[in-house]
Amino acid sequence: MFGWEFPPHIAGGLGTACEGIVKGLAANGVETLFVMPSASGDEDQSATTIINASDVAVDTVSESVEEYLEKVKFIHIGTNMVPYADPEEFSRLVEEDRRRQVKDFSISYGQKYKFSGKYGANLMEEVARYAMVGGTIALQRKDEFDVIHAHDWLTYYAGIAAKELTGKPLVIHVHATSFDRGSVDHIDTRVFEIEKRGMLMADRVITVSDLTRGIVINKYGIDPQKVVTVHNAVDFSGRENLQVERGVKEKVVTFLGRITYQKGPEYFIEAAAKVLKRTKDVRFVMAGSGDMMNRCIRHAARLGISDRFHFTGFLRGAAVQEMFALSDVYIMPSISEPFGISPLEAMRTGVPSIISKQSGAAEVLRYAFKVDFWDVDAMADDIYALLKYPALAAFSARQGYDEVNALKWNGATAKMKKIYESVVK
Amino acid sequence: MAPKSICLYFQVHQPTRLRLYRFFDIGKDSHYYDDFANRTILRRVAQKCYLPMNALMLELIRSTKGKFKIAYSISGSALDQFQRFAPEVIDSFRALAATGCVEFLSETYYHSLASLASESEFLHQVVKHQRKIEELFGVKTTAFRNTELIYSNAIGEQVYKLGFKTMLTEGARHIMGWKSPNFIYTGATQPRLKLLLRNYGLSDDIAFRFSNRSWEMWPLTAEKYVAWMKSSAQNDDIINLFMDYETFGEHQSASSGIFDFMKALPGAVLADGTFSFVTPSEAVKKHKAVAPLDVEDAISWADEERDLTAWLGNELQQEAYQKVYAMTEKLSIVGDPELWEDFGHLQESDHFYYMCTKFFSDGEVHKYFNPYDTPYEAFINYMNVISDFQIRLDEKRAALDVKEAAVEDRRKSVKKK
Repeated sequence: MFGWEFPPHIAGGLGTACEGIVKGLAANGVETLFVMPSASGDEDQSATTIINASDVAVDTVSESVEEYLEKVKFIHIGTNMVPYADPEEFSRLVEEDRRRQVKDFSISYGQKYKFSGKYGANLMEEVARYAMVGGTIALQRKDEFDVIHAHDWLTYYAGIAAKELTGKPLVIHVHATSFDRGSVDHIDTRVFEIEKRGMLMADRVITVSDLTRGIVINKYGIDPQKVVTVHNAVDFSGRENLQVERGVKEKVVTFLGRITYQKGPEYFIEAAAKVLKRTKDVRFVMAGSGDMMNRCIRHAARLGISDRFHFTGFLRGAAVQEMFALSDVYIMPSISEPFGISPLEAMRTGVPSIISKQSGAAEVLRYAFKVDFWDVDAMADDIYALLKYPALAAFSARQGYDEVNALKWNGATAKMKKIYESVVK
Repeated sequence: MAPKSICLYFQVHQPTRLRLYRFFDIGKDSHYYDDFANRTILRRVAQKCYLPMNALMLELIRSTKGKFKIAYSISGSALDQFQRFAPEVIDSFRALAATGCVEFLSETYYHSLASLASESEFLHQVVKHQRKIEELFGVKTTAFRNTELIYSNAIGEQVYKLGFKTMLTEGARHIMGWKSPNFIYTGATQPRLKLLLRNYGLSDDIAFRFSNRSWEMWPLTAEKYVAWMKSSAQNDDIINLFMDYETFGEHQSASSGIFDFMKALPGAVLADGTFSFVTPSEAVKKHKAVAPLDVEDAISWADEERDLTAWLGNELQQEAYQKVYAMTEKLSIVGDPELWEDFGHLQESDHFYYMCTKFFSDGEVHKYFNPYDTPYEAFINYMNVISDFQIRLDEKRAALDVKEAAVEDRRKSVKKK
């Protein structure tokens, strides 16, 4: 299994999901080797064996460099672009490029590469090197695994390299696509290319929701036959709900996440302004940070609601739980959300949630309120109802709590096991 | 006495900086101020600027036998902090007051924008400040300078109504046109109010350019400066040099030679004989006003624009300003002294200045004075504080209603008997 991060050191939800998956697979009797670019050593290895790619040198490749590159020739370290060239010129450029790759490879041949494992400026380079190390690891442990499982685009090259070198089946797991990161007109085409290549090369593609499955089929042109949805779950074991002292006596409606275009923060602000026209007995909180934050602050100021609409900035660790515990209504108005784990967290804390129909979570949550992300009137209606009708709030809090507790990784990973079985000949 | 005049006025102000106040603090903790930063900064500026500069001013007044004269405007916020953190600064101002060569000006107690927002709040703050000056220095103020030299016809009328006959403002280029700032003017709608206009070129030579080595005029000497003033006032009456007191030793460090320059200036001026030093109130007695000055939209001494955009230029500032002044009426009903004091500090114009998003022409100046990394952080912090303040105000207001209802009940029951 190729991942990019694993708790406790995580930047997003991918690491948490991977931990849930390996634990769930272990419970289903599936052993995993979890490869990640930069392990810290304090990962919980009770359910999996962590392999730190930074510790592995590219030196045990049995085949020659030429052969290796032939198989993984798609890997480019650094980026190169050929604007326009006649056929002769083009073949010369290709040859030159290949020679450079051999040179690059020779340099890294026999050396370890220290991955940052972050999402920094040299991400593309790390992705390519991760593929080379990944291929090496796959060859070294050829007899220890049956299926290759790669999580999100950062690891697709590693998955492909492993497949090319060992001939084992490849399952790629789509937690998010380029279309969930930028707006439709502004996707990162380099990432799109890697994603598409991964999907084409894969024997099976697992998507975290039907929404994402639709994107994989329609936007990437992947054969629907090989795309399967396995909804995310969430592991609440060892979680106790916090008791926090409330400072404000008004009800609190919370948005928590990155403040970026695809999370739909501005629809929340518009809905808040509508609710505030009806009742003053409420405060709104936008917790998190992101490239739209300043724009949102201005937006709220322009609407004249800044004394009721608060920004907390980025919240860490216990502050996230505290924020949930202070909330009376949770809202996730995402424009595009492959799954969206935060409403599950909110409901687990007993907070009724309103989520957009354009989220994967909407496919599994029956007791969340669902609205179109653009429908600020419906959003305002639901917020108002949850604030003003205690019976409704109590009912959805109770039902939601039970519902999310029933979403277990064991069930999701049982489906994955079936998928593995279908590709292993 | 020389026919022409130099009027030197220094602004002394320190904001009451807010602490990092998060959403989670609202309703739980109503202490809003960063006492540590306020104390540290005040003590630093006192050591580098206020104390050495006051000592120098006193020495100059004595050595010129009272021919050197200056004026100060010290905000109430600064005075409060002196009393708390550096009382020796108050003593040194007292010593200056005792010479009789120093005029103290009136302003709003909290260095606020009240003149734009609320006539009653403005009146309240001006009276509060006037009392404080009288209490500390034993003098009654007669001339007025508004926060950041903000002035308009309407503000001029308010100021005159409060009993002031002299006011200081900016010789803003877009108002002056071809006119020279080196004369006394009068208000357009209140001709009995005399206006002294800042000569921004000469003032900024000291305040902004003094230590700038890439300035072609560097280094500035007292003799050079006297020559410039003479050429500026060839056919004029008065040069008004208005600047922040923190220029000396804080904005321009002692190593730039700013103290030596100031030390040499009075001697150079008096030796030349063209000018004598006057205070603002003396200036309007000595010189005749030459023309009315029509200022429809408010002007100030800030930034390239010389208008209100440094405090009220963007939607964040507008929102914060409206939210804070919307509470004025409720506050006057409640009349709680603790709330009044916080309300005053929350009005300090600096809070709005920190939210300014003009990064181009005057970005450097804004950054220098700003404890926040971005205007957005300043805004969020401020609004969180305002939210807590609103809660306290509403609670007091509700308690008052309950009390009134009880009194009413008792009155009724007494009547029945």
